[in-house]
This record gives sequence, structure tokens and C-alpha cells, in this order.
Amino acid sequence: MSDFEPLYDLFATAGWTPPPIPEAAHVVAYGHRLASTQSLAGVRVEAEATDTGIEARITIAAGTRVAQPIHLCFGLYQQFGVQNVHLALTLEPRADATVWAHCLFATPLAARHAMQAEVVLMEGAVLRHQEAHYHGTSGDIQVIPHTRASLEKDARYLADFSLIRGRVGRLDIDYSVNVGEAAEAELTSRIYGFGSDAIRIREQLKLDGQGARGLVKTRVAVRDDARAEVLGMVEGNAAGARGHVDCMEIVRDRAEVSAVPEVRVRHPQAKVTHEAAIGSVDSRQLETLMARGLAPEEAVDLIVRGMLA
Amino acid sequence: MTAWPNLFHRPGHPDTGKPVLLGVAGLRLELEGKRILDGLDLELLSGEIHGLLGANGSGKSSLAYAIMGCEDYRPGAGEITFDGRRIDGLPMHERARLGITLAWQEPARFEGLAIRDYLRVANPKTDVESCLKRVGLDPDEYAARAVDKTLSGGERKRVELAAVLAMQPKLAILDEPTAGIDLLSLDALLAVIEALRAAGSTVLLITHQAEVAAHADRASQLCGGRIVCRGETASVLEHYRKRVCKRCDGRTCHV
Repeated sequence: MSDFEPLYDLFATAGWTPPPIPEAAHVVAYGHRLASTQSLAGVRVEAEATDTGIEARITIAAGTRVAQPIHLCFGLYQQFGVQNVHLALTLEPRADATVWAHCLFATPLAARHAMQAEVVLMEGAVLRHQEAHYHGTSGDIQVIPHTRASLEKDARYLADFSLIRGRVGRLDIDYSVNVGEAAEAELTSRIYGFGSDAIRIREQLKLDGQGARGLVKTRVAVRDDARAEVLGMVEGNAAGARGHVDCMEIVRDRAEVSAVPEVRVRHPQAKVTHEAAIGSVDSRQLETLMARGLAPEEAVDLIVRGMLA
Repeated sequence: MTAWPNLFHRPGHPDTGKPVLLGVAGLRLELEGKRILDGLDLELLSGEIHGLLGANGSGKSSLAYAIMGCEDYRPGAGEITFDGRRIDGLPMHERARLGITLAWQEPARFEGLAIRDYLRVANPKTDVESCLKRVGLDPDEYAARAVDKTLSGGERKRVELAAVLAMQPKLAILDEPTAGIDLLSLDALLAVIEALRAAGSTVLLITHQAEVAAHADRASQLCGGRIVCRGETASVLEHYRKRVCKRCDGRTCHV
């Protein structure tokens, strides 16, 4: 059995087509077993398995434009287990890369995955980080992705977290990003919870540099007895800093959401705005689709899928 | 002995002989204690463009919502029949499946829903490209865009008309389709209405603009929740312009 076969099985369970991981720079780990790593020119990948988890370091050399996405594939194919990952990701000046992180847990019954990531984008670096999760259908999993990121002058960080198929289980997202001079950060989270899922999202942008820009965008839909707490925080700490918090949540059945867009301004020339909308599906949207022949449940499904797209 | 009603009988209009597609009889509607429709009667003939004129607040949009079956616009009394079948007890989506649709004056916006997918909601096999071209939108530029707030008001209205074209309904209710559309595209709008007619649709064209209603085959004027004048478009327009409404004496019939 190749090191990738369990991963491909996990992809198949999630209903996803696996990308060409072996040819790209990557880290693949099942639980605390490191299955495969690969470096490429300009992309140094170092990883080791320890008794307490996976330690991974990825460094992208100055000026390197990585053509293919770098793959981070973490998961468990057993029903029980713990996976701790510590990731240090550094983009040197003017490096440009896309990272696709896949966190796959096909049949968890008592599983826990914790990610502690430290991301550094040096001057002019650009990172597009797309993180897709699949947690199976039982809901018996706890997932704790925490990230601390710092952006130097003119850096760009676009992070997109999605968990929109299968159950969520218990999810605790905590992202904090320091945004330097003329740098830009966008944090997007798209999550669909149901059953007894519990979602906690805390995303914070500190716009510390002059002209820093930032957006925190959350899209959460919950139904059944699911619960979600969303905290989007943006601080404008320097002249010309511009930030926005955009929360939209759809609630159905007995589910419950609390969303707090928190904005702080510590400089008279900074500006931070927010918008939050929580509620059931908009009645005009619903009626528009029903006027095209969709039954109410079909219309709600289409609206929710669109919001999470 | 009471005779069984002939459920398959669709009487033709006495003047034109065309079958009646939509019949509204004695419709009453109250919203928050205020009477909006007050025993309203209306007949739409199969294949016609029917203009519905009236001032702001006269009940035009409320009538549209009641015909479509919107949740908050359930009539307190009266009947609505469509294609020979009583529909006022049907939910909205079942009315749509019979062939009725409504283009709202201010259409909803949908985050993350591509225009091409929106046009396929009613008819998965629809020719998206053709529908967009008919409303003056370049498919290469618009098909993949979302039906969201990045569209201008005029673009959104055009997308809505394209969605109505895509559905190929038996009855298209267009609520103030010219609102928010510039004069240059008024001709395009009228071409869309003609395209609907050519495809066999009946159009209820709701407007408070006489020059838009002038393109209808027949028209009705609404005032205070009742039809106060109906017939050939020219005569209804004359009535509308002369402010000779028997109900309000011309005081509230006009913009």
C-alpha cells in the first residue's frame, strides 16, 4: 500500500477528487504518523513525527513564485485517535504561494485534531491559504485550528476555511493576524452545522501598520440543535488602516447563533466598519425561488449553499 | 338536483372569444387592518399583454403578490382561477409549477448564486446564453457572476427578466419592470415582453407609467383596491389621463 492510498480513501469518503499531491510540495500525516513530505525548488519542507504530534516547517525562499499549490493533508482513518500538528509556515520577501490544506476525518467516533500554526509573511509576500475540512457524519470529533500570523509591509494573506459537508462536531477556530504597513489580510470562514454540532469562531485582525487593510468574513448556517458563537474582531491601530467585519448567519429549527462583530479604533485616521445579519432565510429570497417552482425546503437549501459557496 | 360543475370548461371572453387564463373574482385583502384589495375582479386572456395601471399605493403589487400566493398576501375573500382551476388555496411553488411567475419590482439578491444557475432554477435545460442576450447582457461577462449586490439595480432587473424568459411561464407578472431601467433599455424591455408573448406567455404588465402600458393589448385601472376601468388599452389610458375615476374622482388615481 502506498503512503497515499489511505489519503485517497479519505478523499473518496468526503466526495472530493484528490489533487495531484505526489508531484507537489506537501506534508501528509495520519494521526501522529508522518506518511510523506516533499520539497521543491524554493520550497523547503521539513517535518517530523514526535510522541506528541507532527512538527512541520515550510519555508518559501525569497522571490519564489510557487506554481503548484502546496498540499497539507492531515487526518485520521481510524475511528479513535488524536492528531496534534504544529506548523511553522514562512514566506520570505516577495514569495508567492497557494496552500491547500485538507483535514479529513472519515469515521471518527472519538477523535481530536488540534492545529497550531504560525504564519510569517515577510515584505511583499503573498499567501492564499485554502483549508477544507471533512469530519464524517457522526459528529464525534473535536477540531481546534489555531493560527497566529504576522504580515510585514505590503504582504497579502487570504485565508479561507470551509466545512460545508458532513458534520462539524465541536469546532473551535481561533485566528489572530497582525497586519503591517500597507499589508492586507482577509479571513473567510464558511461552515454548515447541524445535529448537535457546536461551532466557535474567533477571528481577529490587528491593523497595526499605516494603510493596513483587513476583512473578516463569516458565513455560518445552522439547523437542528446546532450552536454557533462567532466573534469577528478588527482593530484599526494606525493611520489609513481600513477594516471591515462581515458576518452572515442563517438559523433554522432549534439552532442558535450569537455573532459579535467587534471593532476597535486606536488612531483618528483609521476606519473600521461592520455588518452582521442573523436570522432565518430572507423571505424575499425564498419567495423569489418559490415563484420559479422550488419547494420551500429546496429554496432554503439553494440559498444556504449559495451563501456558503 | 344540483348539476356537477364542468371543471374542464374554460369560457372565452365575450368580446374576443379568447379563453380566460386567469380569473380573479371578488378578491379582498387586508394588511395590518387596512383594506388593500376591495372586491377586485380581473380577467386575463390567454396570450394577451394586459396592462395594470394605478397610482402608487393603489394595490397593484399587492394584487400581484396575492395572485402569486405570497405568504403575507392571502386573500380574506374571493377566488383566483388559473387555466380553469381554482388556485387560491395552493402554495406559491405549486402555482409556479402550474406556470405562473412574478418578477418583483425590487428583485432579491443571492450571495454565491451564479446567474447561469439562477436562470436554470425553473428550467435546468434553459438556454442561458440566449436568455441573457435577449435582455441585453453579454453571457461571457454575466453568466458566471453572482446575483448579488455587485450588480447594479438595472442589471439585476435585466437578470430577473432573463429568469422569467428562461422559465417560459404561462403567466408572467411583471411588477414595474421599467423602474430602475434607463430609457435606452426601455426598448429592450418591450422586446422581452414581445418575446414572452411570442413564446405563448400571457403578461400582466404592472406599471404606473401610461407610456409603458400603451404597449398592452388590453388594460385595467386600479384605484383603492378595485378595478375602476377596463378594456382596450387606448380607452383605459384615456380614462387614466383624464382623471375621471368614479371611485376617487381622480384625486388619488394619478401619480
